[in-house]
Amino acid sequence: MDLVQMQKSLQDYTKSLFLEGILDSQFLQLQQLQDESNPDFVSQVVTLFFQDSDRILNDLSLSLGQQVVDFKKVDPHVHQLKGSSSSIGAQRVKNACVVFRNFCEQQNVEACHRCLQQVKQEYYLVKNRLETLFKLEQQIVASGGMIPAVELGF
Amino acid sequence: MGMETESQFHVLAVDDSLFDRKMIERLLQKSSCQVTTVDSGSKALEFLGLRVDDEDPNVLSTSPHIHQEVEINLIITDYCMPGMTGYDLLKKVKESAAFKSIPVVIMSSENVPARISRCLEEGAEEFFLKPVKLADLTKLKPHMMKTKLKKESEKSAKEEESEVSKPEIEEEEAVIEILPLHQELESEQLETIVSSSNKRKAMEEVISTDRSRPKYNDITTSV
Repeated sequence: MDLVQMQKSLQDYTKSLFLEGILDSQFLQLQQLQDESNPDFVSQVVTLFFQDSDRILNDLSLSLGQQVVDFKKVDPHVHQLKGSSSSIGAQRVKNACVVFRNFCEQQNVEACHRCLQQVKQEYYLVKNRLETLFKLEQQIVASGGMIPAVELGF
Repeated sequence: MGMETESQFHVLAVDDSLFDRKMIERLLQKSSCQVTTVDSGSKALEFLGLRVDDEDPNVLSTSPHIHQEVEINLIITDYCMPGMTGYDLLKKVKESAAFKSIPVVIMSSENVPARISRCLEEGAEEFFLKPVKLADLTKLKPHMMKTKLKKESEKSAKEEESEVSKPEIEEEEAVIEILPLHQELESEQLETIVSSSNKRKAMEEVISTDRSRPKYNDITTSV
């Protein structure tokens, strides 16, 4: 694949993530913060997000797995995950967290288990897509090309 | 917006989340501010040079051991933090004679009107909903310029030979008096300063954030 084709693929791929609602405009905000002085900002922040989220999902699984669920422990985790997913533009993860928090408030253990599964699903999806996106970017850079800016026609 | 070409503004950012600290730091850098980040309210107070008395935590004294060389033009803090919340930090700053003139901005991921009004009433200049955007930070410059202008007016007041000691000027009044002399400030900034001195209006402005506006309004990236 030549450079122009790779760049087109990256653009199309990124656009699809927005169209599917996996990413929202907050991701564009992140890209605006990246520049020559901070060329890896997006991947750094997203990596932090992955690390944080892996830990939180683990803690959530443990907390919800207890005989007696302590919602005072569960809710702050979901709150944090909602915040960080919102900050990087992981829209579907954020929305799943909102639903999760509502059931936490109601102290509905069954529903919370289902919510956790939903959050995990959305998280693994966005993680997978972003990892692919970064790989595409790396290929372009390795071939000596520039990452094209995203054009959105909404 | 008027360009601040002399010294950069220095912002102290407080947030217990590493992720959020990285975000706010980058946002502030991109807005041409120098940034110091700390992970708690107590560390923020330490940095400022306020020491909490071990015996009576309600007593704050300026520590003789910490020589505060850094001038802070603004404090931006998360609301929800373990131990000292952003609101607690705000109160402590506003209660301190040495630092109450430093503008404080609160950030929160939750839109709770009662929380917002409480913070504004306690003296916060702005309340930002997370995720904070680059556009939000343009609101900070007028507040930071206020402290610089005040310092400059105090300096020139001291330089004048005056036998009568001037009474302490109300912050808002000082701004409005000084503003007409500085033509660099555009009318947009004037409006921001005047409206932000009316706290109730500021609260209304804050609540009607772009949550209600279409999300994709300001996308201007293009190939």
